[in-house]
Amino acid sequence: MAEHILMKGNEAIAISAIRNGCDGYFGYPITPQSEVMETLMEEKPWETTGMVVLQAESETSSINMLYGGASCGKKVMTSSSSPGLSLMCEGLSYLAGAELPCVVVNVVRGGPGLGTIQPGQGDYFQACKGGGHGDYKMVVLAPSSAQEMYDFVDLGFDLSFKYLNPVMILADGVVGQMMEKVELKPMKPRWSDDYIKSTFKWATTGKTPDRKQNVITSLALDAAVHERLNYKLQQKYKQMEQEDVRFETFMCEDAEHVIVAYGCMARICESTVELARKEGIKLGLLRPITLYPFPTAEINRLVPQLKTMMSVELSAGQMVEDVRLAVNGRVPVNFFGRLGGIVPSPEEVFEAFKKEIK
Amino acid sequence: MKEEIIIAGFGGQGVLSMGKILAYSGIMQNQEVTWMPSYGPEMRGGTANVTVILSDKKISSPILSNFDTAIILNQQSLDKFENQVKPGGLLIYDPNGITRHPVRKDIRICTIEAVDISAELGNSKAYNMVVLGAFLKKKPIVSLENVIKGLKKSIPERHHSLIPMNEKAISVGMEKVKDINTI
Repeated sequence: MAEHILMKGNEAIAISAIRNGCDGYFGYPITPQSEVMETLMEEKPWETTGMVVLQAESETSSINMLYGGASCGKKVMTSSSSPGLSLMCEGLSYLAGAELPCVVVNVVRGGPGLGTIQPGQGDYFQACKGGGHGDYKMVVLAPSSAQEMYDFVDLGFDLSFKYLNPVMILADGVVGQMMEKVELKPMKPRWSDDYIKSTFKWATTGKTPDRKQNVITSLALDAAVHERLNYKLQQKYKQMEQEDVRFETFMCEDAEHVIVAYGCMARICESTVELARKEGIKLGLLRPITLYPFPTAEINRLVPQLKTMMSVELSAGQMVEDVRLAVNGRVPVNFFGRLGGIVPSPEEVFEAFKKEIK
Repeated sequence: MKEEIIIAGFGGQGVLSMGKILAYSGIMQNQEVTWMPSYGPEMRGGTANVTVILSDKKISSPILSNFDTAIILNQQSLDKFENQVKPGGLLIYDPNGITRHPVRKDIRICTIEAVDISAELGNSKAYNMVVLGAFLKKKPIVSLENVIKGLKKSIPERHHSLIPMNEKAISVGMEKVKDINTI
């Protein structure tokens, strides 16, 4: 039988990084994700797998360390929480522009500003609509359990190297702080230098006489060249939308109403669906696992059978805009959210839902 | 089986670790578990609480507004959570420092004088294990054997010599729990 360990979502991120061949973690502590680096420091992976763990002097510094590590074809990651992510946005844009892979974890807290250390989902726009400048996108994975925190590190690396693009794991304070049973999957060794050299021809692994030097940059002053780079990026984002949309549905087969929720709110809304079903209300749940690319096609498929949809978030209403775009006016799209780090109970969501469908 | 529990008291009473041991015990008997703490500044000297769910099936919401059992270790938590126990549920509290006692008649109420008992045992740090014993006497949802296995998993190996003392505290807690209101 596979080994099951009780751990926090944040600890799962750290353990998964070590077990999935991560080469380097660069971060700066911030609640509610400090356990990521704490766990890495306790585990001392530099003595076992050779993974580097470094506390940078700031978030700005850690994201640029990712740029350096990724340029060498290494699997690198960082984690932070909302205010820290804001500091990293410039770097994210550069990483996307230079087509570099990396995994960035945001354990979201309440904002704006320093806000609160309690859970939030107010960074949806920042993650999905480009927190940094320019026309770039990232695959955004939204875990709703400690197991998914563990699994998505590996998936995140796979996707980031598939697209040569940053991948974000957008968690929240609940998923980060909650302890659950986590199954440890088999270890994946770190890639050897030879493997990196022969597989990633773009990587700056040291110039040899048989090839031209590799230059990694996001700068292209020639307009025609820069437009071509942008089209290439857009092509990748189209491919993400075609190949890597992930979602889960719960009791949607006969649903007349569907709640859309991600992360911790999806777990809470699953209980809301159970409450509604007990009262004979045909409610279902759509949980986007990738927030970008968004499960627009699945919403399209569901709309004809529905009377209403409702987006439930720990924000003032961000994902609801993507739901409305997908629904395109065909059914009413309602919204319920709590702010300031307050997490509603399943009953509170149910009351809000009933008020909207009256 | 599904048991939804809130454990609440002061930071430092071992509220979070009691929840962790309970959760680990659940894993030892192949159950699904969640452990959701209140986290943040209130943990430093103020009140601390943790929601623990043990279930045979997948657990949906880790955030709850009603509980099968409330384990209450200070007045603030009693005031906050007495009304959140489901009708027919269980409330266990330590009467030490409590001036306003629970009044509900539709739930089972028990006391465990864990401050005094752990002092008598000569180890005030065993406080939370005395309380855990009281709970397990009233709701034997996990076996003592699995609790010991859970303890071994959740505390570092260098402290494993303390396990027999914890086991003793659990069994004394089981003996000394008192019924205040039965239904």
